[in-house]
Formats: sequence, structure tokens, C-alpha cells
Amino acid sequence: MPFWRQFTLALILAPIGVGMAVLIPLLLGRIVDGPIADGDAAGIAWFSLLILGAGAVDAGVNLLRRWVMTRTTSALEANVRLDLFDKLQALQLGFHKRWESGQLLSRIMTDLGLLRRFMAFGLLLLVMNTVHIVVVVSIMVGMHRALGLTVLLSVLPVVAATTHLVRRFGLVSRQVQDRTGDVASVAEESLHGVRVIRSFGRVPYSFQGFDRRSVRLRDAGVDRMRIASVLWPLLEVFPSLLLVLVLGGSAVAAANGLLTLGEVVSFVTLLLSLAWPVGSLGFLLSFMREAQTAADRVCEVFDAPITIESGERRIQDPRGAVSLRDVSFRFDDATEPTLSGLDLDIAPGETIALVGGTGSGKSTVVSLIPRLQDVTGGAVLLDGVDVRDLDLVQLRSLVATAFEDPILFSMSARENLTLGRPDATDRDIDEALRIASAGFVHDLPWGLDTRLGEQGLSLSGGQRQRLALARAILVRPKVLVLDDTLSALDIHTEAEVEAALKSALKGVTGLVVAHRASTVLLADRVAMLVAGRIAHVGTHHDLLATVPEYRELLSADYSIEPELAEEEAR
Amino acid sequence: MTDQQDRALEDWRGVKQEIVEETDATVALRPASRRLLADLVRPYHRWGAVLVVVVILESVARLGIPVLVQRVLDNGIPDLQTGTTSTLTTLLAVMVAAIVVQATCRAFFLRRSGIIGNELLLTLRRRLYRQFQRLSVGFHDRYTSGRAVSRMTSDVEAVQELVLQGLDVVVAALLTIVGSTVILLLLDWRLALVAFATYPLLWFLMRWFTRAATRAFRHVRTLSAVVIVQFIETMTGIKAVQAFRREPRSRDLYEAVALRYRDANTRALRVFARAMPGIQFIGHVGIVVVVAVGGFMALNGQLTVGTLAAFVLYVRMFFDPMQDIGQFISSLQSALTALEKIAGVMDEEPDVHDPEHPVELPEARGGVAFDGVGFSYVEGVPVLPELDLDIPAGQTLALVGTTGAGKTTIAKLVARFYDPQRGAVQLDGVDLRDLDDATLRRHVTLLTQENFIFAGSIADNIAFGRPDATREEIVAAARAVGAHPFIAGMEKGYDTDTGKRGSRLSAGQRQLVAFARVVLADPRVVILDEATSSLDVPTERIVQRALATILADRTAIIIAHRLSTVEVADRVVVLQHGRIVEDGPPEVLVAGGGRYADLHRAWLASLA
Repeated sequence: MPFWRQFTLALILAPIGVGMAVLIPLLLGRIVDGPIADGDAAGIAWFSLLILGAGAVDAGVNLLRRWVMTRTTSALEANVRLDLFDKLQALQLGFHKRWESGQLLSRIMTDLGLLRRFMAFGLLLLVMNTVHIVVVVSIMVGMHRALGLTVLLSVLPVVAATTHLVRRFGLVSRQVQDRTGDVASVAEESLHGVRVIRSFGRVPYSFQGFDRRSVRLRDAGVDRMRIASVLWPLLEVFPSLLLVLVLGGSAVAAANGLLTLGEVVSFVTLLLSLAWPVGSLGFLLSFMREAQTAADRVCEVFDAPITIESGERRIQDPRGAVSLRDVSFRFDDATEPTLSGLDLDIAPGETIALVGGTGSGKSTVVSLIPRLQDVTGGAVLLDGVDVRDLDLVQLRSLVATAFEDPILFSMSARENLTLGRPDATDRDIDEALRIASAGFVHDLPWGLDTRLGEQGLSLSGGQRQRLALARAILVRPKVLVLDDTLSALDIHTEAEVEAALKSALKGVTGLVVAHRASTVLLADRVAMLVAGRIAHVGTHHDLLATVPEYRELLSADYSIEPELAEEEAR
Repeated sequence: MTDQQDRALEDWRGVKQEIVEETDATVALRPASRRLLADLVRPYHRWGAVLVVVVILESVARLGIPVLVQRVLDNGIPDLQTGTTSTLTTLLAVMVAAIVVQATCRAFFLRRSGIIGNELLLTLRRRLYRQFQRLSVGFHDRYTSGRAVSRMTSDVEAVQELVLQGLDVVVAALLTIVGSTVILLLLDWRLALVAFATYPLLWFLMRWFTRAATRAFRHVRTLSAVVIVQFIETMTGIKAVQAFRREPRSRDLYEAVALRYRDANTRALRVFARAMPGIQFIGHVGIVVVVAVGGFMALNGQLTVGTLAAFVLYVRMFFDPMQDIGQFISSLQSALTALEKIAGVMDEEPDVHDPEHPVELPEARGGVAFDGVGFSYVEGVPVLPELDLDIPAGQTLALVGTTGAGKTTIAKLVARFYDPQRGAVQLDGVDLRDLDDATLRRHVTLLTQENFIFAGSIADNIAFGRPDATREEIVAAARAVGAHPFIAGMEKGYDTDTGKRGSRLSAGQRQLVAFARVVLADPRVVILDEATSSLDVPTERIVQRALATILADRTAIIIAHRLSTVEVADRVVVLQHGRIVEDGPPEVLVAGGGRYADLHRAWLASLA
């Protein structure tokens, strides 16, 4: 608990504030009973000064407490936000595929903000008001036992009702918060997909999806207020009800001379001073439940297990031999495995092309090597070491992937390129750009400093892929994975890139996912993926000559008629 | 945070053309934000009147209670001592009645204002969504999705806080203040004037507070958007972040913005932290003055003890809601700043407008023409200097050229993502600017390499092309592009969940789903911008074959690096720097020995 000092200070200051809040009405009672009744002018002056002093202390303590809590709670919020961010960065891709981004966003912004506000205002008020109530009630009991105990007893049924309502409020709050996340998710999706929505003219259709969720959010919001509309007034009028009870009792007591008029005034003033602490309790308790729900939602992320954790071992002298041993892989939500019984050995320095039909699992295979996903059976070995035993940072610096979907961030071209090696020099960058035929970067308006990505200059698919390639090359990995990185390049550029890559791949183990014969030619050997396992391995020409399916997959002149006939027969 | 630090922080972001920070524009948007708020509240003005009456009733009941207490002390107890109980019982009965009224009114108010508040937020969300979808693609290219998301989430939530909590408090608070002021005057106007002596102090404090809070909250909202943008971007690109071990650096960058956001929040809350105890202290001073002066008055017999006690209660009652008002002012300022940002979006006009008098075009043949079209994204850098291109209905045209030749721009102009600055793009001789959006989209569909997959099943995603399509039609469309085998092979077939952003599908599968969408949409003009690059050869061939039939009676514009896709074209246009350098049937161009012939030769060689 890094902020215990501040919280302790606030907790010490809070009772002082409560003390003042109780003291002032008592003093007011005294002044009526004492100096005013006695006609003591000096006494009135003294008492007034005393009340002023108490008021000043009250305000001063309040200022100090708020000042401390403000800084503390903001810092606390920021710390938790950063911890959550760390956790999210550490969580494996599987988690990110499952969780909608709007749900994550609503947790890191809305829920943390709510928690902060509760810590800053709600929590202390709740504590203070509770203390206030306890103190006032104790004083009442001390002042007049019978009346005090009456007050005490009458509280019980209200406590029961409140507990029930607050619990229901909490359940509905959860709904509201979850649905807020849903709405954020749809909103985000519609904004990312705006070009597709537009080009199909589907604005009304996509609006329906958004609207459905927004209406559900509204319904939950209305529900929540309905519960509040019972809970809050109940607690707000409760002190007044007590007042009726007490007035009746004390009036009788005063009439019988058991209480002085001054005592009745003090008693009633005390009771009235409960109006706000008790009345606000409804709001504060619901606020607490909301904060609790927010905390639960945040904890769900914190509690999510990190399945891809760093191993201990480091390879001293990496050579880049990759072996896949009886590898199987199944998606979380699937019953059938995508890969099963897959074996493949890649010698250091060798380049293997991985081919297979659309959706055969090629990208899955290559994602297993840098452990973006983990095998569900078998093992992936790098230089004979199971990648799960390896230090994750080392593994990911030894294996670099150029993705088919080149993810560019809204950052300078330089920052985008040096993602995997922040200390790269301009010369390293130039070299990588040369190999990837991405010299166009220098022709951008601000060269390497030009901002790319969504908030910057937009590039064509081919340009983006070449940047992704340069980014991977720049890491100087032992194992370079090209996940269909050349698909959007035109023929001339592809030839250029491939020529340069051939020399760059010397001494580097290469794994190239390919659709085209031209790309396959980069490789020493070709592995063909069929039904989740490697069906054939050999050189391009061997496979062309001996494997009809391969010919079908890679050769341009192969006739598709038989396959289509088969397809139509299905 | 100094400017220098700001710059250091921004260094990594790199330079961009025309960085227009919206913060500069927000001050101008203040009236707009108030208008928007008024506009949102307007439909509920009748209910508003009812609620004010309810709150007045509630407040009268609530404020009546101390008066009744005073009566009990002044009359009820003395009467009891003389043996009369009726005064006391009557007073207590009236109190109970007041309590019932208070509770009923309050419950009614909360219930109704909860409904209205949530309705209002729904309206705001709907409007904002519609506006974002109405604005042209050019706007989205500029505005970026992260900022738009922050408008739709955190800014709406700031308004929510005002609507759901603020109004509730402020109406009651204002009435309490007015009510207790009146009662003070009625109880004893001399003492009331004494109590009012503290009001000017209060006024100065409130004025300072409002101004300081406005400034502080504007800063908070701007930074909250920055934090959201940074978060979304990191999480969208998490694969690259992890693969390239970027976690520490991206954390540093996020930390920088998160801490600035924290500091802004702290500053805003400190304004609050200073104002609230200030109000409290002024309240105490008021009470002391009343007690002192009232005490002397009581001493001189000008005031009963009961009146003084009641007076003290009402002075307290006057100051208690001041804190609520302070709270309200801060959520109002926060909400107004959020509304400024939202109003900024609502005030945007799409660069591409629907015409006022659209030309009816129920059936299109599909002829597309560029008539002297000039277009540039950035002034002075023309992408298309002056393009004349006539594509007869039914023709399949391939656009070929190097990066930056303007191929994608042509595609976007036909899809009317942008309007040309000069000349006109026409469909069947009608300027696209004279067609309404629904008509244009029915006839023209652009398929890009983006292949955005929405959350939902595969069937839902294909049906995006035509939401009312039956399952049979969806399957037929999937079969036509060769997507059926892979879909049928999945466990839940067409009902398989695509995962977030289609993460369960490979790039090639996503392209096929997108293709099936187009087939289902059945437009007269199809534009394919790099739509087949991730397909393997057999699948591409199936698509190819499908294209040959699908495109047979349609107009098509195909952009592809793979000449295999171009093979289905009737005509090839080679572009360079936005100008047409070659134009003709592919076989003629191949024989002609120009650029296209070069490309073709290289492509043949690559197939070896």
C-alpha cells in the first residue's frame, strides 16, 4: 500500500472534521442554554469566537484532507492504470482475441475513473458519515438513555432494507458497466470499419446493432435509477421520521421536567445533524457498490492468467535451428485442432517455404515460433531448447516476423522501423530499407521523421508490407519469418526484394509463408501443409514433379476444372 | 508540463502535415456546446416543468420540518405543560404528512429524471453515431478512430455524470437556497440581513471557482482523449508490440500521457479542494454572526430562543447545498467541455454531400466516366491532374501502375469517398454528386484490401452485403467465390464466430468473405482494389473464374499487382503520376511492347 501515509493522514483528519461538525451544534445548544438564557453578553461573545474557531478548524482540516487525497487518488488511479496496461501488454494474443477492445477501454478509463472518484470523495465521506452517525447516536444515548435507545432500535429495519436494496443496486450496476463496454466496442468497431460500412451503404444496418446495445444500456441505466429512487428517499426521510418519534418523546419528557428545553434543543439539533450523514448514505452506499463492481471488472483483467510466461534458459551461442516436434494446436473455442502431429526441421541458415491452401494454418505455425501463441501439444525447439523454457525477450529477439498485415503505429517512420531494435543507427536503417526495397521512405515529406499510421500519412499495401519487412530485417534475427509479406508487391518490386533477401538471408534461418511460385523460389526447401500436418517436404522442382496437389497449389497453368467439378458435386 | 517537454514527448510521433489541434478551436465551440445541450434538453421541457413542481413540493416539505420543530419547541411543549396535548399531536401529524410528501416527491423525481437522463444519453449516442457515419471518409482519414472513440465514450460519460447526478442535486439545492432565504427573511428580516452579509464573499469564491474549473476541465478532456488514443493503438497492434518486444517502450509512451492526464486531473480536483472548504468556512462565519447578533437580540427580548434556533438551522441549510452547487458546477464544466468536443463533431459537414434534388436512377447500366477530373488530397500536390476515362457499361477495366500512380484514388472517387476538385465522375452520365447515397451504394461497391470483418458470425459478415438475404443466398454467394468449402469445414459452419476483428480467420479467408459480400450486394459497378492479394493460387483461380461470370454483365474496375487477376480484364489502363500512359485490350498492349508488356513478361517469368 504505497499511499498508506496519505490515507492515514486523511483518516486522522476525518474524525477531527466530524468532531467539529458535532461540536458546533453542541456549542449552539450551550449558547442558548447558557449565556442567552442567563443574559451574559460576554459569554455570547466568547462562545461565538469558540464556534468561529471550530469552524476555522473544520474548514482547515477539510482543505488539508482534500488536498492530500486529490494528489493521492489521482496518483493511485494512474498507478493502477499503468499496472493494468502492463498486464494487458503481457497477456497473450489469445486473451486479446477474446476480449473486445471496448470492454478493455471501459475498464481502463471509466472503471478506474470511478474508483478514483470513490476513493477521493465517496470512501472518506462514507467513513466520516458512519463515524458521525455513531458518535452522534452515542452522545444521544449518553444524553438521554431512553430516547437514545429508541433511536438506536428504530435503525434496525432500515438497515435491513438498505442492505437488500444496495445489493440489487450492485447487480444492476454491473449490467450498466458491462453494457457501457459493449456500446464502446460497437462504437469502436463501426469507426474502424467505417470505410466498409460506407462502401456497402450499410449505415442504417450498422446503426441497428449500435442502437440495440445503446437501448439495452439505457434500460439498465433506468433500472438502476429505479432502485435508487427507493433507496435514496428512504434514507433521506428516515432522520425526519426519527425526529417525529424523538420530538414526541422528548416533548413529554420536557413537559414532565425530565429534560430542560435546552436539552431538547440540543437533542433535536443533534438529530437534525444526522439528516445529511444518513440521507447521503443511500447515495454513498450505491456509489460504493458501483466502485466495487468497477474494481471487480478491473480485477478480472488482473486475474486473467498469463499463459505465455518467460522461461529461464538463455541460448549462449544461437545458431537458429528450428524444430517442430509433433506439434498440435487448437484454438480455445474450437473442438477440432488446427494443427496436429506436425513435424518439421529447419537447419540453421536454411530457408523453408511454407505453402498450403487458404486457411490451412500457415500463419498459426509461424506464430508458434516466437510464442505469440503456444502449442497445445508437442513442442517447438530452437537450437534444441523448447521455446517455452527460453527467456521470452531473448526468444523474440532471435525470431523476427514480418506480418502479412503490416501493423503500423501512429509514429514516425523511424520509430515504426526500429520497433524491435530501438538503438539502430541510420546506417542500419538504410541497409534494411535497401533490402526491403523501401527506399520510398526517404522520399516522404519529412523522410524518416514522417508520421505514419492512422494519424499520419497513409501508404499503399505494398509500401506497408515493405516497411514491415524492413522492420523485421532490422532486428537482425537468427530466424526470420515472412508471413506472406510480399503478397501486395508488384512483380518488379517483388523480384528486387527477393534478390536482396537472398543475400540477406545468408546465415539466417528463414521461414517464408508463400502463395506464389516466385516467393517459393526464395527457399531451399518447401514444406506443404495439408490438414494440419506437413504432408510433403522437398525442393520446389521435386514437389512440382512429384506432388499433384502441390502443382495445383502453385502452378499457374494447372487446370481447375476437375476441382471445380468436385466442388460442385459437394 | 512545459512546451519543451511537450515537444520531447511528441518527438517519436514524427511530423505530419497540417496538424490542426482541435484544442485551438474549442473556445469558439462554447456557444455550440450550450446550443447542443439546450437542444438535447428541449424535448423534455414539459417533464421539466412537472419535475420542478415536484421538487418544489419536496423542498417545501423538507424545509417545513425545521419550522415544525420550532413550533413544537415554542408551542407544543409549553402547551403540554399546561395540559394541552392537541397542539403537539397536530404538529407531529403534520410532520409525518410532510415526510410522506417529501419521500414520494423525491422518489418520483429520481425515477422520472433517471428515465429522462438515460433517454437523453441515448439520443446523444445515436446522434453522434449517425454523425460519424454521415461524415465523409476524408473526415475519418483526418480525425482518426481513437479520437472518435473517445468522443463516443469518455465524452458521453462526462455528460452522463452531469445528467444523471448533477441535475438531481442542483434543482434541489437551488430551491433549498431560495427557500431558506425566503424563510430567513420571514422569520426575522433584521437577522436575515445580518446573515446575508456573507453572500458577497460567497459570490466571489464561486466566480473564481467556475473560471478555474472550466480551464482545468478543458485540459482534462483533451488529455483523456490522448490517453484513449494511445491505449487503443497499442492494443490494436498488440501482436507487433509483443513480437518486437516493444512493451517497455510502449509503456514509457503510455506512462507519459497517463501521468499528464493524472496531473491534469489533480489540478482540476485541487480547484475543487480549495473551493469547498472555502464555502464551508463562509458558512461557519454566517452562523457565528447570526448566533452572536441573534444572541444579543434574544438578550434584549427581540427574539425568542426558538426563533434563534430555527434561524441557525436555516442558515446551515442555506450553506449545505452550496457544496452541492460547487459539485454541480464542476460536473457542468466537465460536461460542457465534453460537449464542446462533441459539438465540434456535430458541426462538421461532410465534404461529400447528398444532393438537395437527387437524380432518380432506379436501374443503372453501369457506365462510368471521368470527365476532366482533377484531384488532390493536399493542395498543390495533384494526384490526378486531369483525367478523362470512359468505361462503358459491362466493361472490365484493369488499372495498372506503380505505387502513387493514382489507382486507389480513382477507386475512391468512383465510390465517392471523395469528390473531385475539378471535373466530374459520372455514372450512366449522371454526376455522382447528383445521386443520393443510397442510390449510389446500391449500384457501386468498392472492395479494398482492408477486408474489415465485424464481430458476429460468418453468415452475418457475408450478409453485410445484403442484410435481408436468406441463408440459401448467403451460401450461394460463398459458393460463387469458393469460400464455401472452408466455411463448411468449420465446426459451426456459417454460424462460426469470427472473433474480434475476424481474428479466427486467416487473411485469405477474410478476403473470401469480403468477396462473398460483394457478390451478395449485387451492384452494377464493382471496384476491386487489391482484393485478391492474400489468396493462394487455387483459390484465386476459383475467384477468377467466379469473377469471369460475376463480372460478365457488370462494370468492373480492378486494381491488382498480380496480373493473374488482370487477365480477366477487357481493357487495361496503365497509369503514371495520375495520367494514362497506355490504354487498350491486354493482348494488344502485350504485343505493343510498352510498360504493360514489360510487366507481363516479368509476371510470366515469376510463374516458373
